[in-house]
Amino acid sequence: MESIGTFLPLIAMMPFVGALFPGLMIQAGRNVCAMTAAVPTILAIIMLTICAPAVLDGEVLQFSLPWLPSLGLNVNFFLDGLGLLFAGLILGIGILIILYARFYLSRQDPMGQFYTYLLLFQGAMVGIVLSDNILLLLIFWELTSLSSFLLIGYWKHLPEGRQGARMALTVTGMGGLAMIAGMLILGNIVGSYDLTVILENKDAIQASPLYLPALLLILVGCFAKSAQFPFHFWLPHAMAAPTPVSAYLHSATMVKAGLFLMARMWPVLAGTPEWFYIVATTGLITMVLGAVIALFKDDLKALLAFSTVSHLGLITMLLGFGTPLAAVAAVFHIINHATFKAALFMTAGIVDHEAHTRDIKRLGGLRHLMPITFLIAMLAALSMAGIPLLNGFLSKEMMLEEAAHTVWAGSPWLVPALATLGALFSVAYSFRYIVHVFLGDVRQDYPSKPHDPDFGMWAAPGFLVLLVVLIGVLPAVAEPLVRTTAGAVVGGELPYFSLKIWHGLTPALFMSAIAVAGGALVLSIHSVLAPRWDAAPRPEAKQIFDAIARTATVFSRWLTDMLHNGSLSRFAAIFAVAVIAAGLFAWTGGEAGPPVREPLEIAAVPAIAWALLVLCSLGMLVFHRNRLLVLILMGVVGLIVSLAFIYFSAPDLALTQISVEVVTIILLLLALNFLPKVSPKESSPGRRLRDGVVAGAGGLAVAGLTYAILLGDFAQESISAFHLENSYSGGGGTNVVNVILVDFRGYDTFGEIIVLGIAALVIYALSQSVLGGAGGRWLASGELDSKKAGDRHPLMMVIASRVMMPIALMAGVYIFLRGHNEPGGGFIAGLVVAIALVMQYMASGFAWAVARQRVPYHTTIALGVMAACFTGVGAWFAGRPFLTSDFGYVTIPPLEKFELATAMAFDIGVFLCVIGAVMLALDSLSSMARRAGETVNQLPMDIDPARRSVANATDKMAVAAGKEA
Amino acid sequence: MIHYALIFAFACFGLALLMNLYRIIEAPGVGDRILALDTMVVNSIALLGLYGILRGTTVYFEASMLLAMTGFISTVAYTRFLLRGDIIE
Repeated sequence: MESIGTFLPLIAMMPFVGALFPGLMIQAGRNVCAMTAAVPTILAIIMLTICAPAVLDGEVLQFSLPWLPSLGLNVNFFLDGLGLLFAGLILGIGILIILYARFYLSRQDPMGQFYTYLLLFQGAMVGIVLSDNILLLLIFWELTSLSSFLLIGYWKHLPEGRQGARMALTVTGMGGLAMIAGMLILGNIVGSYDLTVILENKDAIQASPLYLPALLLILVGCFAKSAQFPFHFWLPHAMAAPTPVSAYLHSATMVKAGLFLMARMWPVLAGTPEWFYIVATTGLITMVLGAVIALFKDDLKALLAFSTVSHLGLITMLLGFGTPLAAVAAVFHIINHATFKAALFMTAGIVDHEAHTRDIKRLGGLRHLMPITFLIAMLAALSMAGIPLLNGFLSKEMMLEEAAHTVWAGSPWLVPALATLGALFSVAYSFRYIVHVFLGDVRQDYPSKPHDPDFGMWAAPGFLVLLVVLIGVLPAVAEPLVRTTAGAVVGGELPYFSLKIWHGLTPALFMSAIAVAGGALVLSIHSVLAPRWDAAPRPEAKQIFDAIARTATVFSRWLTDMLHNGSLSRFAAIFAVAVIAAGLFAWTGGEAGPPVREPLEIAAVPAIAWALLVLCSLGMLVFHRNRLLVLILMGVVGLIVSLAFIYFSAPDLALTQISVEVVTIILLLLALNFLPKVSPKESSPGRRLRDGVVAGAGGLAVAGLTYAILLGDFAQESISAFHLENSYSGGGGTNVVNVILVDFRGYDTFGEIIVLGIAALVIYALSQSVLGGAGGRWLASGELDSKKAGDRHPLMMVIASRVMMPIALMAGVYIFLRGHNEPGGGFIAGLVVAIALVMQYMASGFAWAVARQRVPYHTTIALGVMAACFTGVGAWFAGRPFLTSDFGYVTIPPLEKFELATAMAFDIGVFLCVIGAVMLALDSLSSMARRAGETVNQLPMDIDPARRSVANATDKMAVAAGKEA
Repeated sequence: MIHYALIFAFACFGLALLMNLYRIIEAPGVGDRILALDTMVVNSIALLGLYGILRGTTVYFEASMLLAMTGFISTVAYTRFLLRGDIIE
């Protein structure tokens, strides 16, 4: 069955691929758009149908593809009965919803977006039910939360829609977080994240001390998703969504995801007292509470929403019983509920669409005006009430039968009584849906004159009601599916059962009769009960939720403001103190070993260098308000640090430091041009003292730590030896630093050059936006005009920089080529070339240089990243992982044997990226000083040497003019 | 013999660095400070050369080449800033 198994990832992928198209095809019209959305769904259904016979024969189809095997994350899919049922529901009802939504959405609604969101959601749901890896399942789980957020908030102009979407996302998202934790615990207990493996380890899981935490966390996730008490409140608010969304997400699919997972985990989690008391009790409470609230809702969709909550509670309770027959009943009710509830939502949507109201108080008598809708709604509602010959009756009987012999905490009557009460209210609100909406006299005051809609709109609910009746009359047609599904839930042999209408005079039948009679009675006194219910005080979930959300917002705003109110010195102080405290804590932990090395002797010149560093730092402290002087002192520090790198045998670092130093100084000088030249005093003396103490402590701590590390031993064995050993044999280079950069840690470097490129682009974007805003106006006002002494583009400098250019480029090439074996490499070469280019900018001016710059720096960055990327991809063609390097030796006769390594191509990427990033940053900063209307020099320098005589002539004339004056 | 010459040279350039620093911190004008920094770069190049002789290796020559090639650029930039404000006009 391997060949059929390959359909599984295709089924899951189909909606995601399909989601790309509706947004495009809407241009071709609404019908085409809807058909585009239907095609991937239909294809997926066809593939599922091909798989179905094998699954119904008891096979389990599997597909497996390693993704990140080291993390236990694999793209594993499997299809058993449970997966088949849910995938069928999701895709089958999905296609009906696509049809229904085509007619439901008005011309003003962006239909392309709707179908895109819907297909995204559909794909995520199918992914959940087919996943054989719980990490993969969690990814799809989160995707359903996100895509349902988009769907619920589809009508962006409605505040209820946006708030409902946010509430749904918050609740299900937090449930998802708990679920992740629970699943990870489960995976850890078993030692595998593969669902099929987990399902075989019931004893290990239930014996583990972590069973209860894992169970609780997973259940929180399931309950939040399936709107179980006390998380039920989000579902009614999500009803602000368009009705197709409610029918799809909130009756048939998303809210069933929690049930699906409980059913999926049933073999390993169920059967313990904890499971029974948590799950069954929650289900029972939810069922009764939802049913009671539903009866008193006047909004059609709110009524249906709470009835959904109630029915989900019913299924949860059945799963909680933990017996195989209860699982059969749960599976059967999942099918039945999906059919009648989706149909009911769609009829509610039709009523809303035609009568322009969903308020039951404004409806009634629609039977005469909308006979087809009435027929569909009545059959579906009667099925929901559990009236014989409809499918709801069958599963409700089975539920009551199971409830009848369930003992809760020693009490044999509690569960049956409450279950009957739930059923009673269920009957009452189902009847209310029929009686108060469709029966009674025709009214004259509907907001819009209702009539039956087009066939396209009632086709989908009509089809579902056909199923309701078919299963209700001939339960045997559903039996194979129920049997296979329940077998998959239970994970073993099922006891004997048969789906039939007449079971004899069982307790369940009496309970059912009580429920129907009682329900009718309750409805008859509804007009008496309703005002009292409305007057009764009760907690409003939305207000509580909003209050919690508001408190959380206030708290986080307070925390953020306290830590980071925009003052850099405050933030730095808090950060420094926190780090020092953490360091002290770690230090007192006693992990640091005693010093094992002798300090080196201090030679005279290094001592002088040290003195220079210390004096310069002190100098910066004293003169820090004079910013130019501080920059000069920084130059000294940079120089000494470069020398120190040489002294401590790090020539690569020294080369980098020397070139970075130049670029830094130029960048800072460019920036300083826009800043005050003198820092004003802003803090009080007390605060300065405090900051001084913090800074001093930080400096001393870092110095102490460095000293301890230099004299001590590493806690772990150093990896330096590995790099030294493998540099030449593995990477083909003798310069370990460069081989680490382009080979051992090539992936890091790849990420770093991308970050570098992004940083440069951000500088560019920021400077552009500054120029467009108030900053640009300030710059244009000419306040920046500082002293303009000397020549603008002195001849000497122009000539010197022109001469320097080829030399610097040659040095760059030399440093680049030798990089693999001697100090050097693409990074340093890039900096050197960038410096040579900046020289031209400084000498002949921005405009002159830009006019000669044919490739934009953005492109250089992109080329660099792409060069590195393609080098990495190239390894795939050799059948090796991304960025695996290779090298070989080539002999071209007149030359000596030389080495060619793929790492060199990668290094070219680094080189280009560095040039692009440095130049773009400089370019952006210096372009800020450009002002509109400024003269642009066409010539490289102030004086044109070729036209000396003319220049002399003007000079003489000027002198003459001076004399005359 | 070379040993004593080296010690003498190291002493001279080390002392020169200290004097450069004095000029940077205590100077009549900013121009003097910039020039002192430039001299410091020159002295450093000399120190690198001496260190290479002491160790008998050429591995530090690239660093001194790079310093020679780029060191004056900072000086130019400081000076342009002083004279024109905007170093890339």
